[in-house]
Amino acid sequence: MSVKLNTRQVGDVSVVDVAGRITLGEGSAALREAMRDLIAKNQKKILLNLGEVNYIDSSGIGELVSGFTSVSNSGGTLKLLNLNKRVKDLLQITKLYTVFDVHEDEAGAIRSF
Amino acid sequence: MRENKHHVPETVERLLDSTLESVDSAEELALGLAERAGFDDDDLMKIGMAVRESMVNAVVHGNRYNANKKVHFSVTHSPENLTIRVADEGEGFDVESLPDPLAPENLMRTSGRGIFLIRSFMDEFDIRRRERGGMEMTLVKHSGSK
Repeated sequence: MSVKLNTRQVGDVSVVDVAGRITLGEGSAALREAMRDLIAKNQKKILLNLGEVNYIDSSGIGELVSGFTSVSNSGGTLKLLNLNKRVKDLLQITKLYTVFDVHEDEAGAIRSF
Repeated sequence: MRENKHHVPETVERLLDSTLESVDSAEELALGLAERAGFDDDDLMKIGMAVRESMVNAVVHGNRYNANKKVHFSVTHSPENLTIRVADEGEGFDVESLPDPLAPENLMRTSGRGIFLIRSFMDEFDIRRRERGGMEMTLVKHSGSK
């Protein structure tokens, strides 16, 4: 399995811990599925913890954008937590870093919703 | 594979199936040679990602996973450069027609960043139509470039 996802509830925020690789195939599909599930359950506050993501490709970036748009269109908010340097650099060169609300501290991120 | 101690280029060539497994194989081959050539971790990450993106382009957008079409892959290391070539047998496309992924109207698109990332991570990049159909990409990383 290229990626592992675990969703936990902290108050009214759904925190999705993502570990591994978000690349075309299993990784992107698993993330898409997790987002769909949360939207279907009417979860409005979603925090994606990418702290254990060691690799993300253009398909993975596309999946993050897709998740952000889907959650916003359903009236919710998607935020990102714990980007490592590699993922942060990728979001910066693709000019997406400022599109997402990015946090480095989980408690602060949860309070920010 | 050819290997020698006289600075003659070392080359690995493969004819790969149009599958996502081939994307992994190509990345592994390129990184193996790049590591032996002495590229550092930062460059290895960039080379690996550029190879993945070029292979995904060939497998998914070029050959459209067609089992009858192959991806022509080669990686060569000379004292000056690491050169990777990826060619597909697809319909080909007009490079000029690719939308700019950094344009405000395209920022929230869910695809279309692959070639931009390859250009960002390599020192030289060329893409052209093959005479026999499909596209060929050439990716170059200079040895010792920073």
